[in-house]
Amino acid sequence: MSKGNCYHCGTDFTTEIIPFDEKEFCCNGCKTVYEILNVNNLNCYYDLEAAPGTIPTEIKGKYNYLDEPEIISKLVEFDDGDTTVVTLYVPVIHCSSCIWILENLHKLNEGIKTSIVNFPKKTVRVTFKNEETSLKEIVELITSIGYEPYISLEDADNNKRKVDKTLIYQIAVAAFAFGNVMLLSFPEYFEVEEFWLDKYKVLFRWIMFFMSVPVVFYSAKDYFISAYKGLSHKILNIDVPIALGIFVLFVRSSVEIIFDLGTGFFDSLTGLVFFLLLGKFFQQKTYSFLSFERDYKSYFPIAVTKLNKEKEENILVQDIEIGDRLLIRNEELIPVDGILINGEAMLDYSFVTGESLPVGKKSGDKVFAGGKQTSGAIEMEVLETVSQSYLTQLWSNDVFNKNEGKNIKNITDSISKYFTLAILIISTSAGIFWYLKDPIIAINVVTSILIIACPCALALSAPFALGNMLRIFGKKKFYLKNAEVIEKIAKINTLVFDKTGTITSNDESKLEYRGEPLTKEEKARIKLLVRSSNHPLSRALYDFIEENTSEETTYDFQEIVGKGIQGEINGNFFKIGSASFVNAEKDTSFNTSIYIAINKEIKGKFVFKNTYREDVENVFKTLNNHYELVILSGDNEGEKNYLETVLPQNTKLIFNQKPEDKLEFIKSLQKEGKKVMMIGDGLNDAGALAQSNVGISISENINVFSPACDAILDASLFSKLPNFFKLSKQTMSIIVASFTVSFLYNFVGMYFALTGNLIPVVAAILMPLSSITIVVFVTVLTNFFAKNV
Amino acid sequence: MEVVYITIGVSIIVAVGFFIAFIKTVKSGQYDDTYTPAVRMLFDDELVLEKDDQTNEQINNEN
Repeated sequence: MSKGNCYHCGTDFTTEIIPFDEKEFCCNGCKTVYEILNVNNLNCYYDLEAAPGTIPTEIKGKYNYLDEPEIISKLVEFDDGDTTVVTLYVPVIHCSSCIWILENLHKLNEGIKTSIVNFPKKTVRVTFKNEETSLKEIVELITSIGYEPYISLEDADNNKRKVDKTLIYQIAVAAFAFGNVMLLSFPEYFEVEEFWLDKYKVLFRWIMFFMSVPVVFYSAKDYFISAYKGLSHKILNIDVPIALGIFVLFVRSSVEIIFDLGTGFFDSLTGLVFFLLLGKFFQQKTYSFLSFERDYKSYFPIAVTKLNKEKEENILVQDIEIGDRLLIRNEELIPVDGILINGEAMLDYSFVTGESLPVGKKSGDKVFAGGKQTSGAIEMEVLETVSQSYLTQLWSNDVFNKNEGKNIKNITDSISKYFTLAILIISTSAGIFWYLKDPIIAINVVTSILIIACPCALALSAPFALGNMLRIFGKKKFYLKNAEVIEKIAKINTLVFDKTGTITSNDESKLEYRGEPLTKEEKARIKLLVRSSNHPLSRALYDFIEENTSEETTYDFQEIVGKGIQGEINGNFFKIGSASFVNAEKDTSFNTSIYIAINKEIKGKFVFKNTYREDVENVFKTLNNHYELVILSGDNEGEKNYLETVLPQNTKLIFNQKPEDKLEFIKSLQKEGKKVMMIGDGLNDAGALAQSNVGISISENINVFSPACDAILDASLFSKLPNFFKLSKQTMSIIVASFTVSFLYNFVGMYFALTGNLIPVVAAILMPLSSITIVVFVTVLTNFFAKNV
Repeated sequence: MEVVYITIGVSIIVAVGFFIAFIKTVKSGQYDDTYTPAVRMLFDDELVLEKDDQTNEQINNEN
């Protein structure tokens, strides 16, 4: 079918081809962008990458609200009256051509001073002169070349996330001190009696002391704070022995150099802090192009057009009041619940439910917030304000305000309780033993035990294993919010799935013809008719019919909005549309259908069917061995029978669930003591995703939005879910194994400590050696297990 | 051997200099986006090429 690709956007030609300047384009939009770039000598765009563009969207009047000073002030970063700086989020940025064109905006508009792209974050930061251009002009300009920015209600809140760089500074301080202290302590490692060494060692020791002070009081301060917090909650977390170890190291070393007893352990001290902080750093991995914190605000528009006595006025979405009349244009989102007054609505609720087929509404029908209008402009009257709407009031639930993570004990903490107790017991009994035998050595032994037992390797096991696995998952397109999620996944015993959009596929709604068979000629004519319609169902039908479009002429073509299309071809009168349009009896099934009537005789209908993802059967079969499975759907029971035959017998199927019901259902499972994972996709799952122990959001396109969750999975990898769960469990086993290895090191060190033979050089070798072997051990093992997935 | 005071002093000053430089680069956000600058760097060449084309065209037109 394909006859080549569009020069601009690379789309396969299926319909007509628009030739221009010896190149071929798929639509006028693409041609226009090419023209704009061509006129401004920006053709280089096409040299960098082949077919880099995207089809620009219609924007007539859409950005009028950017004229309002109140709205502008909420969006811009900086404005001194003369120059303005604004950062726009442009989700379609995808290649180097995009960077190039967006950084050459000043060639398209003189008022733009500079524009800088941040590719990983998909943002462009524009600086412009207020006198020569405006925010609206810029937004319209970049939209016209196919880079529509995404401006949402969230931007209006304007509390930009600040990246915390403290950890980097702490590591820098520790690394600086570690390197220098190592050099300075080297001469004394071999304990040779030498004149020059003797003369200058005091200087060396005091330099080491001063370098260690910021390491203890700045770099390591979080360990002291965390240990103190743990103790005040009567929890012996892993930071208690670490803080104790650092404290003892510092005090003993200081005492040693003050009274000229020895060199101290400053090298081990700084090294220890450095390695620990590295572990912390490694565990952090953020995907700058993803957000795990989104609520409805990132989906909703910032402003809306209010009709005031036939006059249009742009108001902020927060300022919408009950009784207002709103104008919703094509491709705009309905921000509040209301009643449709004027026009025919085709609402796409895929953001909310995951259902990709638009729902038709007539005037007088109630429309709910979250739907995207897909056919022309409509007018509606507001019934509820933004925060009180059916969908958005979900966010007033407590679950969205809870501060999670505080009371969850991780694997390291649970083992450190026994570890800390053991160390305290060993050091006291050894202290008593040596006190009776030789009181001078007693202090030496006790401090040595606390130093050598400082669980550096132990504390590094989990961060490196989890951090590495987090990266491996990321490479496999399973994006986790943080490393702790792996631990939580390993503990799950109940899986709850949403149906539409999660186990069914969004973009592959399949059509099926039922009724009297159509001849090839008839199909070709239907295709000709639907080509003239922009309705989403018509487009779907157009793509579905394989025959070539009929070359005949249509007479009396008419599109009756909300009903269907009709026209005469070669003496035959075709009617294509809803059941009432062709006077057919509406059937009882809940699936969307397009009816076909030729010369008033009903031929049959095209039925849209949800397609289940590949491997749903296998995935459920595999998971059924280890987990309790539930399907929690907002839909009616239309497909219950089918699901019962496909899925394992003990899978619970629950239908007709409102967003709040889903949340409550998860809660009730948790009350039974189950660890629940929710796997969903739409905003209606947001409550359940937040309430569950682990919420995974399935996304067809990870650049598009997904509700707040713990992990985002690329939809094409749905079949790999069982493998990911297995891998999480294996990671936990690896951590346990590496605990054993680090205990072995502690035993060896303990031998030196208990016999009173711990000299600085032993500590300086043992501590990094144990840390490095642990890091190598967990990295090699996690990579090995991940290979098989 | 008193020179050791000077050498150590100098080496620490140099080390502290680098340390401060590192902190400054982090603070100014030089590590925030490690991808785009690498791509941007290559664009300068493309622009020069384009200008060459134009001048060539002009020469051709003049002829």
